[in-house]
Amino acid sequence: MTVTVCFFASYADSLGVPSMTMHLDEGSTVLDVMTRVLALPGASRLPPSPLVAVNLSYAEPTRVLAEGDEVALIPPVAGG
Amino acid sequence: MRTALVRKPIDLTALLAEVSDASNGATSIFIGTVRCLNDGKKVLGIEYSAYEPMAEKEIAEIIAEASGMFGVQHIVVEHRLGELAVGDASIAIVTGHPRRAAAIDAMRYCVEELKTRAPIWKREHYADGSRDWVSAVTSREA
Repeated sequence: MTVTVCFFASYADSLGVPSMTMHLDEGSTVLDVMTRVLALPGASRLPPSPLVAVNLSYAEPTRVLAEGDEVALIPPVAGG
Repeated sequence: MRTALVRKPIDLTALLAEVSDASNGATSIFIGTVRCLNDGKKVLGIEYSAYEPMAEKEIAEIIAEASGMFGVQHIVVEHRLGELAVGDASIAIVTGHPRRAAAIDAMRYCVEELKTRAPIWKREHYADGSRDWVSAVTSREA
């Protein structure tokens, strides 16, 4: 299956891209995505367990993904 | 009740008119502004960005929670995105209710929750020419 992985703010700067397409095995989880992302060049500046949202809602690492999901890595927020 | 991410100056008069209701005995306002100093560094401005669809969804959920918890039906939240200068308003939250306690509590709930949940980020621009993302520690951060 294929998912879209989105990066923002400092994470996008560190990784050098705002998003990427990722091909995963069926049954893959958020943790599988994080493992792949944290192996990318520039990912050493990311925390070991970044916040993640799936389809616009915060999600746990154990969340099983589905075809077409949008997975977003959320840097520490600073609104207001 | 309404929330919006906006790229133009916040019109507080319009927000006040939006929550105005003859039944309101209290109107509570929170305005967040860009300050000139942070951690000892002189700040010239801030660039705000967001994961926009999720930020709008999250803020809408926060408003609904505040409405349910405090019985406040009149809540408007606007958050600016883009380049802001020192003194500019980055966020305005306006609530109206027959009683002041509910209006104030709902406003406070909205701003505190927004600061920890809404995926919005800011990059400060300093007088020495450098820029840096501002990290806010949140309870959700692993």
